[in-house]
Amino acid sequence: METRLAINNVTKIFGTQYALEDVSFEVRSGEIVGLLGPNGAGKSTLFKIITGYLQPTSGSVNVCGFDVLENPIPCRKHIGYLPEHNPLYDDLYIKEYLVYASELYGLKYSYAQKRVNQMIQLCGLEPERKKKIQNLSKGYRQRVGLAQALLHEPDVLILDEPTSGLDPNQLFEIRELIRDTGKNTTIVFSTHILQEASALCDRIIIIHKGKIKENSTLTELRKRFIHGTTMEDIFRNLTAE
Amino acid sequence: MFPIFKKEIERFLSSLTGYLVIVVFLALNGLFVWILPDNNILDSGYSSMDPLFYVGPWVLLFLIPAVTMRTFSEEKKTRTLEWLFTRPVSDMSIILGKYFACLALMLFSILPTLIYFLTVCWLGSPVYNIDTASVSGSYVGMILLGAAFTSIGIFTSSLTENQIVSFILSVCICFLFYSLFEIFSGLLAGTGYDYFISNLGMAAHYASLSRGVIDSRDLLYFISVIFIFLSATRMKLRIKN
Repeated sequence: METRLAINNVTKIFGTQYALEDVSFEVRSGEIVGLLGPNGAGKSTLFKIITGYLQPTSGSVNVCGFDVLENPIPCRKHIGYLPEHNPLYDDLYIKEYLVYASELYGLKYSYAQKRVNQMIQLCGLEPERKKKIQNLSKGYRQRVGLAQALLHEPDVLILDEPTSGLDPNQLFEIRELIRDTGKNTTIVFSTHILQEASALCDRIIIIHKGKIKENSTLTELRKRFIHGTTMEDIFRNLTAE
Repeated sequence: MFPIFKKEIERFLSSLTGYLVIVVFLALNGLFVWILPDNNILDSGYSSMDPLFYVGPWVLLFLIPAVTMRTFSEEKKTRTLEWLFTRPVSDMSIILGKYFACLALMLFSILPTLIYFLTVCWLGSPVYNIDTASVSGSYVGMILLGAAFTSIGIFTSSLTENQIVSFILSVCICFLFYSLFEIFSGLLAGTGYDYFISNLGMAAHYASLSRGVIDSRDLLYFISVIFIFLSATRMKLRIKN
């Protein structure tokens, strides 16, 4: 399987503080990777570097063969990104927003129309399609955020806490959506819910204070569960102060 | 660039902003040019458009910052700036998309004042007795002035997430360029620096264009100001922490 996303020795320094220190990992096509870590561990910073919003202090990121710093635009075409807190334009209608997103991806008109309608179906936005984004509940906002990220059939999907603040039903639906998408897309997402990571991911990366503490497949991790150890124990051991 | 331009224009037209700007611009100019005593064309008895070209810049000086203040400030506040800057479009095309949208709104407000020109033509004795060269030069000057104000407004909007701060800053910078340099040069009269200082300001170049001669030096001045402020915007938005 080919490598879709390669992060090579990325370091990011804010002032004198290391937000990320020598982070390297690779994600292959079709893999779902969960990025875990306490608040402030550097997860969002890493995502911002992958999508080219922040520049790393040193190191490089490669998406589908394109270097993020040298070829930002082809890189971004391959990425679907749901930023932290899911920012949306509140005064637009759902469809209007998705059409705007498709135009920014440079999709052809007929294809864009088709995809927008597909995404409205797929993300379960049909009952709310006539509403403005500001009138949507948190769960539906999250679906709009996902719809926007999936619109152009990206090869790599970066989701920053896609399930934060959702109720159990919405959690289930969003997870199903992520699992379905993951069949033919590489996904990297961050979460605070450990069960979610173990339910969805092929591989788990735990990051703490800007360093990678653990990078193993779920099967490898499961081998350590034998003596009554749980995901929580592993997480707490690695990220304890 | 085009999707962003289109979205901004749609936003002007679907909210009050666009209409309000056009109505206020025309109402204020109409008042000063035709109705309020002392300065109006009818009382002056001269077949000239000078009152419009005297009042116009001052109205633009307050209206343009009001239009541009939300371009980037609001995106910052709602965090959509990160979303926008991770789309596969270049930084400059985002900035230019917003810039040209604001510029288009300004042109739409200026366009109806051509009726004033026709009115003065027909009122003239003999009819059509008006210095057309001077009027067209003044229009070019006023449009360039507005274009420069717009670039200043876009720049201050990129500095802060507070729209009021952006508005006040941009009125101040526009005022500095339009009027303060002229006043300073008056204070320095006779020292040899006055010519230099007054040429730093926009008023001198505007006055020069109003004479009806489209001088490349004046064009170059306005284009440089626009270029400098748009580049500064790009630098400000590109350096993220």
